[in-house]
Amino acid sequence: MQLDIKEVEELSKTLYIRALKLLPRDIKQGFERLMAQETDATGRAVLGTMVENIQVAERTKNLLCQDTGIPIYNVTIGRNVDFDGVAMKEAIRRGCERATKEHPLRSSVVHPITRKNEQTSCGVGVPLINVDFDTRDETVEIEMIPKGSGSENGSFLQMLVPADGVSAVKRFVIDKVIECGGRVCPPTIVGVGIGGTSDLCMHLAKIAATRALGTTCKDAEGAKIEAQLSGAVNELGIGPQGLGGRSTSFRVHVEVAATHITMNPVAVNIQCHSARRASAIITPGGIAFE
Amino acid sequence: MTHHVLEMPITEQQARSLRLGDTVTIEKTLFGIRDATLIAMFDQGRTTRLNLKGHAVVHTAPNVKKVDPRPTNSSGYEPVCIGTTTSMRMERFTRPLMERDGVRLIIGKGGMGQGTLDALGDIGGAYLAVIGGAAALQTTWIEAIEDVDFDDLNPESLWKFRIKGFGPLLVTMDSHGGSTYAQINAEAAARRAAVLASIGSA
Repeated sequence: MQLDIKEVEELSKTLYIRALKLLPRDIKQGFERLMAQETDATGRAVLGTMVENIQVAERTKNLLCQDTGIPIYNVTIGRNVDFDGVAMKEAIRRGCERATKEHPLRSSVVHPITRKNEQTSCGVGVPLINVDFDTRDETVEIEMIPKGSGSENGSFLQMLVPADGVSAVKRFVIDKVIECGGRVCPPTIVGVGIGGTSDLCMHLAKIAATRALGTTCKDAEGAKIEAQLSGAVNELGIGPQGLGGRSTSFRVHVEVAATHITMNPVAVNIQCHSARRASAIITPGGIAFE
Repeated sequence: MTHHVLEMPITEQQARSLRLGDTVTIEKTLFGIRDATLIAMFDQGRTTRLNLKGHAVVHTAPNVKKVDPRPTNSSGYEPVCIGTTTSMRMERFTRPLMERDGVRLIIGKGGMGQGTLDALGDIGGAYLAVIGGAAALQTTWIEAIEDVDFDDLNPESLWKFRIKGFGPLLVTMDSHGGSTYAQINAEAAARRAAVLASIGSA
C-alpha cells in the first residue's frame, strides 16, 4: 500500500476536530461506572453535569472543552506500507493547522519564551508526532490526542533510588494526586511511568494516561500496582472537580520499562475527565474511524 | 444553602452575603480573563478601557469566530466554545484585581489558595466553582461577545460577555474564611496514612 499524503492531511484535520467533540465510548462507560458508585451528593451532581455536557456537545456539535490542548499524533505503521516519512509529518502538521483555521479552533500553542501565538496550534516541535511500527499488514493507524493543559500541568518526575523501593513509587503517586486536588479536572486517569530513563519514564506516564479505559498494563507486576493504586486514590475523598466524593479517578494506569541497576524512576502524567482521543485506520479498503 | 440570582455588577454587601455551599446564577455581564491578560495588566502596566468594578470574571480563553462587526455584535467575535481554565495559576493576581479594578466575583475551576481567600475576606468577594471541562454546556449560557480589549493577546484577551442564566455556580470560597478546597485537602491529608498502609506503602 502506498500511503496517500493528501489523505493523511485530511485525516489529521478531521481527527483533531473529531477528538474535541466526541468522547470515546470507554470514557463514557467510565462515567456510568463512577455514577453507579458515587455516594457523595456534590460528587453525583458534578458527574451529572459532566455527562450533560457530553450530550450538549453532541447535540450542538460543539467542542466538549474549550481547551484545544497540545496536539499529539501517534502514527503506527504496519508492514508492506510505502511512505515518505518527511512528507507524512508535514501533512500531519498541515492538517493540524487547517483544523485550527477552518473550524475555527482556539490555538492554545505559544512559543515558550516569547509566548507568541501563531494561531495555528503549531510551533517549534508541535504538534508532537510519534511514529511507531507494528505487524498489521498494509495498515496505518493515526491517533490524535488533544492533551489539555489543566491535567498536563499535573506532571511529575522523581528519580528515586533502589533503596526507596516500590513503596516509595506508590507513595509518590498518592502524594501527587493529593497535591493536584481539583486542579487537574477530576475524575482523572492517573498515568504512571515506572522505570526507563528519565525521558522514557515521563513518556510511559503519558502513554498510560492516554490509554483506553478497560486496558491493563501488559507487565504483570505493573498490573498489580495499577489495581492497588486505582482503589487507593478513590479513598482520598477528593472527588469530581476536587469538591468531594469517591470519584477522584476513573483508573490509575501504569506502564513500565526496564531501568538501570542504580535507578528507580517514577513519573506521573494526568489525563482530565475530558479524556479526548480519536483514531482512524487507513487500509487499501479505505479509512475506518474507531 | 441559598440560591442567589445576581445581576452584575454587585455591591460589597451582596458579595459578602454569599456563603460556602450556596449556589449562584449570574446575569447580564461577565468578563473573561486569563494568564496573559493578568500579566499584561499587572506586570506590564497595560490598562484597560473596560470597567470591571463590582463585576465577575471567569478564568477563560475562549474559542471564537471572527465576524464582521454589526450593531448587534460590535466586538467582531462570535462565541464558538467558552469554558473555564484552572484558576490556581492566577493566584497572585486576585488581590490586585479586586483592589485596583474592583472585581467582586472570581469564577473558575479547581480552587485557589490562601492569598485569594485572604483577599476575598479583606475586600469582600467570593470564588464560584463552575464545572471544568463542561464548556459545551457553559457556552449555552453566553449570548454574545459584547466587547474585547487587548485583542493582540487572542485568545487571552479581556473579553466582555453578555450572559443569560450563567450557572448554577457553587460558592466554594467565601469572604468569611471558608474554602471547600482547604477542607477537602485537609481531609485527603488526614486519610493519607491509612490509604498508604492499605497498599503496603506506609
